[in-house]
Amino acid sequence: MTQPSKNKRIEIQTTSDDHHIAKLAAFAIGLHLLEAALPSPLPGVKPGLANIITLFVLYRFDFATAAWVSLLRVFASSLLLGNFLSPTFALSLSGALLSLAALCFAQYLPRRYFSAVTLSLLAAFAHMTGQLLVVRVWLIPNAGVAYLIPIFMVAALVFGVANGLLTNYLLRINPVRLDEDKG
Amino acid sequence: MVKPSKWGKPLLGDVLVIIFALLFVAYLFKSLWHNEQAAKLQIRLGDKIYATYSLDQNRDINIQGPIGVTRIEIANGKARFASSPCPNQYCVHQGWLNHKGHAAICLPNQVSMELLGGKKPFDSLNY
Repeated sequence: MTQPSKNKRIEIQTTSDDHHIAKLAAFAIGLHLLEAALPSPLPGVKPGLANIITLFVLYRFDFATAAWVSLLRVFASSLLLGNFLSPTFALSLSGALLSLAALCFAQYLPRRYFSAVTLSLLAAFAHMTGQLLVVRVWLIPNAGVAYLIPIFMVAALVFGVANGLLTNYLLRINPVRLDEDKG
Repeated sequence: MVKPSKWGKPLLGDVLVIIFALLFVAYLFKSLWHNEQAAKLQIRLGDKIYATYSLDQNRDINIQGPIGVTRIEIANGKARFASSPCPNQYCVHQGWLNHKGHAAICLPNQVSMELLGGKKPFDSLNY
């Protein structure tokens, strides 16, 4: 028998929401790591597959959960990849914050006319803008980077639409809320 | 009843947003990838502006940086790093620059040059 006063166990109360956030963030981290292994023609041009999870969560849960999943993904992936607080991390974080800001407004667009494609596209553009701001202000403080902006934005356009279509697909093949499997 | 496709039909708003995005990207290409001729050359040493020259006159500029003398050459409206004491010579290999907004940097010697356009709100007067 253990004495409760001697070894007090700190128990963290977790709700089912926490479990969902953790599970979905784990998906997003997995995608993020997978993507980090892919070669990229230009630093900064990446499909951003983890944003599919963010969008999926936004549709199936709410904005707050999506923000949690997105930010957890940024922090945890940077720890796993070993670039926490490095420029790469700053780019990732600024991109995530701006794309969340875009989603914060875009989520109120009428669902009848705007699907995940629009949200994904807006998020991708905001993500790229956030990254370019950090690059301009901190990493390469001269105008030379302006030359690359169109290329980055084309990438954001292509991957934004692709991720949006994938999110639509995911939402269709998972028509139910994920909180059926409550623990 | 027709089974709906798993991908769904494209929605009107989505199509409009994609069209707007395409227009936006096209505008970015048009405004940022101009082929405007540059009029001035601005040279920076460290974090300070070292000098600004017009591209109209040919000249050689020798700049004393932390690891040696970098020579920048202006000729026929173009500018280049003619020689540099840096080990990898990236700046020299960039060759001649003549478009507005182009830039070359020699990081080891902390020298950078950027081409500026002719339109400026202020202009200096020399007597």
